[in-house]
Amino acid sequence: MVQSLENGSNTRNDTSSIVYNTQQLNLWYGNHHALKDINLQIKENEVTAIIGPSGCGKSTYIKTLNRMVELVPTVKTSGKILYRDRNIFDNDYGVEELRTKVGMVFQKPNPFPKSIYDNIAYGPRIHGIKNKKILDQIVEKSLRGAAIWDEVKDRLHTNAYSLSGGQQQRICIARCLAIEPDVILMDEPTSALDPISTLKVEELIQELKQDYSIIIVTHNMQQAARISDKTAFFLNGEVVEFDNTDVIFSTPEDKRTEDYISGRFG
Amino acid sequence: MAQKQVSDQPSVQELIAKSSSKKQKQLIEKMIPYILLLIASISVLTTIGIVATLIVETIIFFKEIPVFEFLFGTEWYPFANKEPAFGILPLIAGTLKVTVIAVIVAVPFGIGSAIFLSEYASETTRRIIKPILEVLAGIPTIVYGFFALTFVTPLLQQFIPDLKIFNALSPGIVVGIMILPMIASLSEDAMSSVPNSIREGALAMGSTKLEVALKVVVPAALSGIIASVVLAISRAIGETMIVSLAGGSTPKFDWDVTGSIQTMTAYIVQVSSGDAGYGTTIYYSIYSVGFTLFLFTLVMNLIAHAISKKYREEY
Repeated sequence: MVQSLENGSNTRNDTSSIVYNTQQLNLWYGNHHALKDINLQIKENEVTAIIGPSGCGKSTYIKTLNRMVELVPTVKTSGKILYRDRNIFDNDYGVEELRTKVGMVFQKPNPFPKSIYDNIAYGPRIHGIKNKKILDQIVEKSLRGAAIWDEVKDRLHTNAYSLSGGQQQRICIARCLAIEPDVILMDEPTSALDPISTLKVEELIQELKQDYSIIIVTHNMQQAARISDKTAFFLNGEVVEFDNTDVIFSTPEDKRTEDYISGRFG
Repeated sequence: MAQKQVSDQPSVQELIAKSSSKKQKQLIEKMIPYILLLIASISVLTTIGIVATLIVETIIFFKEIPVFEFLFGTEWYPFANKEPAFGILPLIAGTLKVTVIAVIVAVPFGIGSAIFLSEYASETTRRIIKPILEVLAGIPTIVYGFFALTFVTPLLQQFIPDLKIFNALSPGIVVGIMILPMIASLSEDAMSSVPNSIREGALAMGSTKLEVALKVVVPAALSGIIASVVLAISRAIGETMIVSLAGGSTPKFDWDVTGSIQTMTAYIVQVSSGDAGYGTTIYYSIYSVGFTLFLFTLVMNLIAHAISKKYREEY
């Protein structure tokens, strides 16, 4: 354990590999100050886990990264989030452009009420890919990427809702992969799944790390410890600690992190 | 501090045991299913009775007029002294003209309003507009009929000089306005019940609002939307007052929408309010027309039912 004196700052040197650079981010829901002075750098091709008790702002933060949080009408923000060195709050930054680069997987599987094929082809289609052959290839590649091809290849044209919850969630991941995003945001992706499906999704996340930067919100600390490279601990809208996952889980600096990790609250 | 009552007052359990309401309750419980069954069977029996009457009288009619002549005859002159003709096609043509025009008006505006209300309107706007739409559905059709005759027809005559006082166009448009709220309201219900998580999934893929509405929400709500359209068509086919007032009483088998027409319903009104003697062919003809009308709406309702079953999206 060499890093005892360092905090997360050892990741700051190489700016080219930083996908998300959050600077002094504040966010309010009406009068409720939900995120306070957040500063975080998220590196590419890593899994970054965000942990913390309910209501600590972790879901709000991840939804801010693709501006989905703005669906809540009373939201106000200040500060900057640089995605690949460009502020996502800039007026000329189209939210559709951002979300085409940054995919999202939700807490509850939310496939479209369409066939499996049409679910995966949805993204490429709205972004202008119409060629049937190319679409076929994308669908197969995405389903393989989400480790569900073998389970569904014989029934691509059945409704996605005929699948089990765990399969639906992998369909949602495949749907996200279909437009080959740069970053994948995952908001408690396994909280509605059984242990075996959870395991499959976790293995998948490990594989996806090769090609994508993944930011995952999780309630489950063991999950964060198992799958992530970096972990951020949120509490009451603030980042208490951000460091390599093994540091957070073995020798955290902050007393509150240690209390949370060891199960004293939350 | 609440303490146990002194013994001069009986306990609640004792009071319950003494109460005589227990037996009464059991008796009522036994009776209720039979009473409800009776109530339910009244409406079913009424329907059967109506259909049976229609069929019986229609059979009598067909003893005088051959079925073939009725179904395929292109002339409808029941009041002619010499050689009256009873071919229903002109009446069907009148009904179809009005229905098709009504659908052309109501479907785009109805579904458009539904998309606006469900996907774009703020909560406040929706709260104001939806009741207004529903009020539109509550206007008596006789008022619509006057509106067609005294306002829409003169207005249309400014643009179409050939338009007759009685025509298919004006009542068609007004029937369209009448069924529009039905389509808008039922389609909006169908779209609003599409879960938000699905919209969020689409938005998170970089969809625009319009793409979410047209490629995700509308397909997901399609069964409800189609069912609303078919039900509305069924109402348009059965609509009576508007076409009686503004459509005229000249059954013609053609595609002209500027001249006077007669629909199946308007014919029944004409005969019922006139003085056709009981037992005459004309008297029985309203049953045969009524039966045809019934078949049309029945088929539409069955289609609506089948569609909403077949395309029911699971989510």
